[in-house]
Amino acid sequence: MRIQLDKLGIVIALLAAYGTLGASFAVSKPNRIVQGQAKSILDALPSWAAWALLVLLFAAAVVALLRTSAWAKLIAAAAALLALALAMGLTGHFLTPAGNTYARVSPASGFWILLFAFALLAADAITRLKPPPWMRVLFLILAGAGVGGLLFSGSWDGLSIMKEYAGRADVFWVEAGKHVTLALGSLLAAVAVGLPLGILCHRVEPLRASVLNALNIIQTIPSIALFGILIAPLGWIAATVPGAAALGIRGIGAAPAFVALFLYSLLPVVANTVIGLSGVPKDAVDAARGIGMTNRQRLFKIEFPLALPVILTGIRIVLVQNIGLATIAALIGGGGFGVFVFQGIGQTAMDLVLLGAVPTVALSFAAAVILDALIELNSRAVNGARSG
Amino acid sequence: MKAWLPTALRAMLLLLLNAFLLFPESFEPLFKSLVQPNAPAIYNQGSLLNLTLLHLKIVFFATLIAAIIAVLLAILVTRPFGSEFLPLSRSLVNIGQTFPPVAVLALAVPAVGFGEKPTLIALFLYGLLPIFENTLTALTNLPRSVVEAARGSGMTGFQRLLQIELPLSLPVIVGGIRLSVVISLSTATIGSTVAAKTLGEVIIAGLQSNNLAFILQGGLIVGALAVLIYDGLSAVEAVLARRAGVR
Repeated sequence: MRIQLDKLGIVIALLAAYGTLGASFAVSKPNRIVQGQAKSILDALPSWAAWALLVLLFAAAVVALLRTSAWAKLIAAAAALLALALAMGLTGHFLTPAGNTYARVSPASGFWILLFAFALLAADAITRLKPPPWMRVLFLILAGAGVGGLLFSGSWDGLSIMKEYAGRADVFWVEAGKHVTLALGSLLAAVAVGLPLGILCHRVEPLRASVLNALNIIQTIPSIALFGILIAPLGWIAATVPGAAALGIRGIGAAPAFVALFLYSLLPVVANTVIGLSGVPKDAVDAARGIGMTNRQRLFKIEFPLALPVILTGIRIVLVQNIGLATIAALIGGGGFGVFVFQGIGQTAMDLVLLGAVPTVALSFAAAVILDALIELNSRAVNGARSG
Repeated sequence: MKAWLPTALRAMLLLLLNAFLLFPESFEPLFKSLVQPNAPAIYNQGSLLNLTLLHLKIVFFATLIAAIIAVLLAILVTRPFGSEFLPLSRSLVNIGQTFPPVAVLALAVPAVGFGEKPTLIALFLYGLLPIFENTLTALTNLPRSVVEAARGSGMTGFQRLLQIELPLSLPVIVGGIRLSVVISLSTATIGSTVAAKTLGEVIIAGLQSNNLAFILQGGLIVGALAVLIYDGLSAVEAVLARRAGVR
């Protein structure tokens, strides 16, 4: 029997081979900003751990190469990712001389390539499994619990990014709170305004084009500029409207960032509400009218539930976009994870950049997975109602 | 009478943009009221025209490379040889779009250093997704009858691709490029935080010196460029669609 190789497996095995043999696993630096010394897996870990990691990665690459079941691939990928995470933590402790608080150990390109290769394997396995929405959320929770467990156990405390965190633990959670408040708050405001506006645009035909065009133009203004432009009017409001300043409205800071994110969020919400409502089958509306439903009953009982999946898609776009854009709020003093990103860029301290960028990416990824699951659940309900 | 109005508005916008870039000083009275009495009302730390050209250059090259790679990848995964990658590539596009541009930009810095390079990489990666997604959608949703007819008339796979599939998909591909360019124009301004020479410099200079006129100038130029390029590519798309007979 001829052994059939998996084509994606070949790509993953090549990437893993390069990540292991061709690139360095970790960088060890005497302090935060100087050039570091690259270490391979064998130099970066105690020899038992290095060989265990190599054997495990090899085995996972073999599973990737063979045409095995998607579950086998998922388990191999998860094992490889976990081993990489644990090994990186061990490297942090192994390479830092005892008692030295200046030395920094960070992951190097080889680690990132290996991580990418096996994340690719996991993504492919999950795609092939076609898991139902609840299972995808379960996978997300498991992954989150894994990372949380590693963070909590102190396994990564020897790594540079965690040393950056240790020095800023309080600030980190304050900025995290600001980031989430900005992203979610502006989303809620946009839904509160955008839904009625979308319904209005759907009912009043002449309004539609002009409202959507205006919102489209707002989207073309680059984010930094919109944040900056709003400083002036909000500063003016704070200075002239009594009580505005007491509410936290100021020229710089979170207020202009909030308004800017709100403005960017309006287009997807309004546009998707209009598309969703116009996609409601005409017979459904006619039938509702036939049995004597009032305008309002039709809207809430028929049109709105049927349009919900499309509206949720708009909300997903907005939430993911807002989590990303909220990083820019840091440039105008609005806080959020961007504070670490821009501080890190300013000090050429890349671990600090990572401290801001990694949570942002994780947050928007989690938001996307959860909302995708919600959308699928809702569109199933709608399709079920349609065919039933 | 109404049909020429949008075109006239765009022509005016283009004229205004050119006039502002060539003779920024003549617009000084307009911006004077926005700044403190002794602050400069027009960006004075470099040539606006030059920055605009650099901005366009970086967006152009990033989009060009992204378009070539994205179309090639989409062709690859829709051939029998690459069909194993098709489901994964769809998920990757989905996952990739959750990466915020700032994060991509910041994460590219450790790999390649400051300046134009990380910006180019971020724009390229971010521009890849819409083009790939659109090309994939177009290539997988071609009218089956046309593809079958081409196969029936004895065309090889390569001929079908070049003479049937790509020409029919072109309007949708251009639509992807249009989305990509608009995102890139805006993202390139953030590139200035990692020392790339783009119009973001003007905005950041304004933020740092609390000069609203600078912020407006940078923002309005980028906004005008985005509107004009978006409309221009929409027009190209419409012409291509008419030629392909899709719409």
